Amino acid sequence: MAEIILDHITKRYPDGALAVEDFTMDIADGEFVILVGPSGCGKSTTLNMIAGLEDITSGELRIGGQVVNQKSPKDRDIAMVFQSYALYPHMTVRENMGFALKLAKTPKDVINQKVEEAARILDLTQHLDRRPANLSGGQRQRVAMGRAIVRDPAAFLMDEPLSNLDAKLRVQTRTEISRLQRRLGTTTVYVTHDQTEAMTLGDRVAVMRTGVLQQVASPKELYETPVNLFVAGFIGSPSMNFLSGTLEDGKLRTSLGDFALSERLRREVESEGTGREVIVGVRPENFEDASLVSPDNRPNGITFHASIDVLESLGSDVFVYFTRGRDQGVNSAELEELAQDSGRGDAGGTGDTIVARLDAATRIREGHDAELWIDGRQMHVFDPASGRNLSLAVSREGDGAAIRAVSPASGTAEPPAASETGSGQPVSGGAGEAT
Amino acid sequence: MAAITTTPRQKAGWGVTNFVVIALALIPVLWMVSLSFKTPAAVLDPSFIPSQWTWGNYDQILSTSQFVRPLINSIGIGIIATLVAVVFASMAAYAIARLRFPGKSVLIGMALLIAMFPQIALVTPMFNIERSLGLFNTWPGLIIPYVAFGLPLGIYTLSAFFREIPWELEKAAKVDGATPFQAFVKVIAPLAAPGMVTTAILVFLACWNDFLFAISFTSTISSRTAPAAMEYFSGSSQFTVPTGPIAAAASFITIPIIVFVLFFQRRIVAGLTSGAVKG
Repeated sequence: MAEIILDHITKRYPDGALAVEDFTMDIADGEFVILVGPSGCGKSTTLNMIAGLEDITSGELRIGGQVVNQKSPKDRDIAMVFQSYALYPHMTVRENMGFALKLAKTPKDVINQKVEEAARILDLTQHLDRRPANLSGGQRQRVAMGRAIVRDPAAFLMDEPLSNLDAKLRVQTRTEISRLQRRLGTTTVYVTHDQTEAMTLGDRVAVMRTGVLQQVASPKELYETPVNLFVAGFIGSPSMNFLSGTLEDGKLRTSLGDFALSERLRREVESEGTGREVIVGVRPENFEDASLVSPDNRPNGITFHASIDVLESLGSDVFVYFTRGRDQGVNSAELEELAQDSGRGDAGGTGDTIVARLDAATRIREGHDAELWIDGRQMHVFDPASGRNLSLAVSREGDGAAIRAVSPASGTAEPPAASETGSGQPVSGGAGEAT
Repeated sequence: MAAITTTPRQKAGWGVTNFVVIALALIPVLWMVSLSFKTPAAVLDPSFIPSQWTWGNYDQILSTSQFVRPLINSIGIGIIATLVAVVFASMAAYAIARLRFPGKSVLIGMALLIAMFPQIALVTPMFNIERSLGLFNTWPGLIIPYVAFGLPLGIYTLSAFFREIPWELEKAAKVDGATPFQAFVKVIAPLAAPGMVTTAILVFLACWNDFLFAISFTSTISSRTAPAAMEYFSGSSQFTVPTGPIAAAASFITIPIIVFVLFFQRRIVAGLTSGAVKG
């Protein structure tokens, strides 16, 4: 058990490439911290530096109060679970799990006892004398976990331990890891590129991008108050929708309609000095079928018409996809990076498809025109140049909702897509037209 | 991929070609075996199959120290040279496969250079060096050059094997508390064992088959190896050529090679090609 303190850690490779830049973070004793980010963001490098498998270029790393920069991995008292599990193929499960203890010259009976205890926890008892080659993926993963827990180390480091499992097993193992960590109470640093794992497992999540730490916060905080475009786009599935917006006459004009800005937010946007262009972020669940919104709630947002391209019903929710033909889409380096990471860039999908998550009771049908409501209170406004979340500063000051709907009447005044196709009328071939 | 279709004609063509190639390779060997079973009087008999079979030649060579002692030398020198070469080659290959260090390409280049160097050109200088160092006509006098020429082969074969072992295993061992040496001995080396066996076989065969160094750096049967010793067989009188005993000795030392190759065929091929295709 120990706390891990990363104090201005920087990693620069001999060829000059900067992998991790000025990473500072305190990980409390017993905490479960997730490092998350797209591939190449430096999260694994950070983990390897904590493990001692990579040298730290500058900064200080303390584990349990001791500076360990110069210590070799074996003197750091940490256990690591690798993405490939890295089980020793020539050893049985028992030998794999006991290897660290054997190297530490632990008496044989103690090793046996600890290995059997761990095997019992992980349900591996009947596999103890088999070799890794004869085990299934899930069993191998558990052996890798077992190898870590028998040592009772100061900290667990996990490098994408679930990414080689199939989807179903991954969810199951995820809960197991969570339970195990709570039971053992060992400080854990977990690296993943999967934001679902990050959100479900961690006490705190650290989002990284190109070697720079973006935000460290609890999953809820990260979701509700992302500090910048990158975090907003990375966290959440399906991800946040981004629209370009313009500040005009104190209103925020978007292709979905006009929103009134609070005084503070307007000042914030203007004082940033990047002009009147902003990026507006809306989470899919902040949309709703207008007919299902209670009249009391309606004034908190605006309604608009859209032609639904695709509808996916998951039983509990309904996802609808539509495009805003007029929207130019948003341009931002951070969003481009996200798109590339998720494969959207390569898939040729346009960035301006909007995803909305609606109540399962909705009667909206695919290919038809629908009236949707958008919750203005939950919108985020980003500065396109810096990516900073401008609404965050305002809402933190206790101003309440940063954005209000202008009014129910003026809110619907501009139903862009619908106005072109005939408002309220079912449009045949609407999906085709919208694309 | 489209299956390659062969017409009966093509098949027949291939069959004939294969037969000719195999016959060309095997006839001298079979001729040698045949000679070894012929009586001294029948050596000049042109028939392929001996008219009268005899173990006499084998009895003769195995009953004199002129062959038995060199056979022991061959086995001893071969095994020692192989072990030394494999141990050093595996350490060097591991470094080459895993580490970045100044002079790495020079090391690889030197190894290749040694492998390419015409051995005959080295015989005279090495003869003089060995004589002045007192290594001439000793086991070390043969072991050292065998190790030197076995190393490049070993380094090349083994580094290809090491490169295929996932690096994460070594990281895992380090995190588990192993020193780099322990990680190598307990994790990496056991996994590279097939590669080491292959290398050992190749190096041993090279030592076993060597004639040039064996004849140049030895003067008595105390260190002369079997291939060289056959040179010194004498006939029953100084006017008879000891064809039978030589054929018997040659057949005798070929047996281990055949056994090796039959047993380890796959390994040897893997070892020879692993660097070429995957490396």
